Amino acid sequence: MSHPQEAAEFLKDPAKSKWHDDTLWFIRDKRDKMSHSVPEWEELRELASTIKDNVLGNLADYLEKFERNATKNGIKVHWAANAQEHNEIVLSILKEKECKAIVKSKSILTEECHLNPFLEKNDIEVVDTDLGERIVQFLGQPPSHIVLPAIHLKKGEISELFHEKLHTEKGNEDPYYLTQAARHHLREKFLAAKVAITGVNFGVAETGEFVVCTNEGNADMGVHLADTHIACMGIEKIIPKRTHLGVFLRLLARSATGQNITNYNSHFRSPEAGKEIHIILVDNGRTAQLGRENFRNSLKCIRCGACMNTCPIYRRSGGFSYKSTVPGPIGSILSPGLNLQKHSSLPFASTLCGSCTDVCPVKINIHEQLYLWRQEITKAQGTSVKELSMMLGNGIFKSPLAYNYSGKIMRMALKNLPKSMIYNPLNIWGKQRDLPAVPKESFKEWYQKNRS
Amino acid sequence: MSSRDSILRKIRSLKLDQKPLPEIPDFKGGDNLIEGFSTAILGNKGELLTADELSTKLESGLYPSVYSSVPEFGKFANQALPTDPHSFSKLDLAILKGQFGVAENGAIWLEDSDLGLRAIPFITEHLVIVLDQESLVSTMYQAYDRIGGQHSGFGLFIAGPSKTADIEQSLVIGAHGAKSLVVVLI
Repeated sequence: MSHPQEAAEFLKDPAKSKWHDDTLWFIRDKRDKMSHSVPEWEELRELASTIKDNVLGNLADYLEKFERNATKNGIKVHWAANAQEHNEIVLSILKEKECKAIVKSKSILTEECHLNPFLEKNDIEVVDTDLGERIVQFLGQPPSHIVLPAIHLKKGEISELFHEKLHTEKGNEDPYYLTQAARHHLREKFLAAKVAITGVNFGVAETGEFVVCTNEGNADMGVHLADTHIACMGIEKIIPKRTHLGVFLRLLARSATGQNITNYNSHFRSPEAGKEIHIILVDNGRTAQLGRENFRNSLKCIRCGACMNTCPIYRRSGGFSYKSTVPGPIGSILSPGLNLQKHSSLPFASTLCGSCTDVCPVKINIHEQLYLWRQEITKAQGTSVKELSMMLGNGIFKSPLAYNYSGKIMRMALKNLPKSMIYNPLNIWGKQRDLPAVPKESFKEWYQKNRS
Repeated sequence: MSSRDSILRKIRSLKLDQKPLPEIPDFKGGDNLIEGFSTAILGNKGELLTADELSTKLESGLYPSVYSSVPEFGKFANQALPTDPHSFSKLDLAILKGQFGVAENGAIWLEDSDLGLRAIPFITEHLVIVLDQESLVSTMYQAYDRIGGQHSGFGLFIAGPSKTADIEQSLVIGAHGAKSLVVVLI
């Protein structure tokens, strides 16, 4: 289904979609307040963007440097060309450790690679430990937002789910009570796991260390209790030097949730005595995107989700309407590169208002890339209805006679056409919209009467 | 060809613009470090206590099982550092010393040598971090400048207790890690 069709599903519950809209806007507002409290905010964005320019121009060198330093520190480095290879590497480590159950903290990359279903098919129990991710995992859903995985759910739904899965009191919707139930349930999983998987926020070439940020502490809880830590990292997550973390960590949480910083920011450089750290560097379409000059900058993304929170379309259509691991504006410029056919409606799921570009902490020109993708897609799909109407318009504007008459016809038509012209399944834009009120006369007629 | 080599070769085959790394200017941040840090810790839902207030709290017997790596509070500890962090699954309180704090966000830096075991600040039910107020720096820029090339296998910034807002954006303190963070500035 296309984005508009999926969005229509989400909008079937108007009260819930209004709540979704308001809640994400509230987070956007917190982001604004927090960013305004940092006088050098705009300079930081520019610095972050420039550092990422340098990274993308020298990616191969930085990856080699990262590998060299990480290896020196006792980390085992693996490379995966695609999702399949990534998943196979994870499985081979689990087999070597004879591990049948793992805990996993939030990692968009493992979602992108569909690691969970792959491991489950191989008889491995995967427990997502981020509270929001555990909730959607219980429901068999993917996350609907990259930072707030369960933002599409109301507490009543979570209460019912926990009653079924964790035997909490029926009807108890208190977020503290439900969170404590999850804490006890997941504590058992943490204590039992031999292998823990995390994502990576930043990999530092200079030191070979990588950084993982959470508020819940679930990533650390998992890896420090397990014997083996597997970190999955997209190759674009590299930054050159440790000191650059001082730029990115100032931007990340402020942009994401309007916090000063996430409560836990862990720097992994070498394994604890007697333990192992593996890191998997994953391409999966990133080198192809690097080769697309117009879309290369999308690889600067640090996955804060600010563009989703601000987007008038995302807020009103929900994350699932995008049918893409990364939804929202940034997802709509990343996903067409992975599968143009499947994601062809996404670049059109935007008003091109540019708010996404304005809030992006690494200054990705998101709305411009959305516009460029539209052109790519139109080229790939041939002449569109829009083009036909442009051709028609061209004819009308060329002849003064045709122009005068078309205005009259249009005013009459707007008044007299049946409502079914807009309220019909063929016209998605007609939904929740009405035709404009029709002026009695054209501007030309008004001018002749009043000014001539 | 290995995936490693094919990824690197593919990147190198692209004609990519070479842009220089920017210099990071030293953004000074606020002047009143203690005030900035205290505001940030409270904003992150941490608490601030004086050493005396903490002692009084510890004497009350609120925490049956206590580990401390800070000599000043050693007399309240009844747990020694285990070899396996799983033995701390019922630990009520850990008292650790932080290396320095960051005024702009309340983050406190700790490394392997400060932690004993990396799991401690997470597995403990409650956490106290003792910090010299002389150690405060202004922003993350100064923080990384201070860390410099220091080599620790693990280091982390802790800025508050474990928290989540994954249920309808309602803030809940105590998700998986420590349910409270008390910072004692000395």
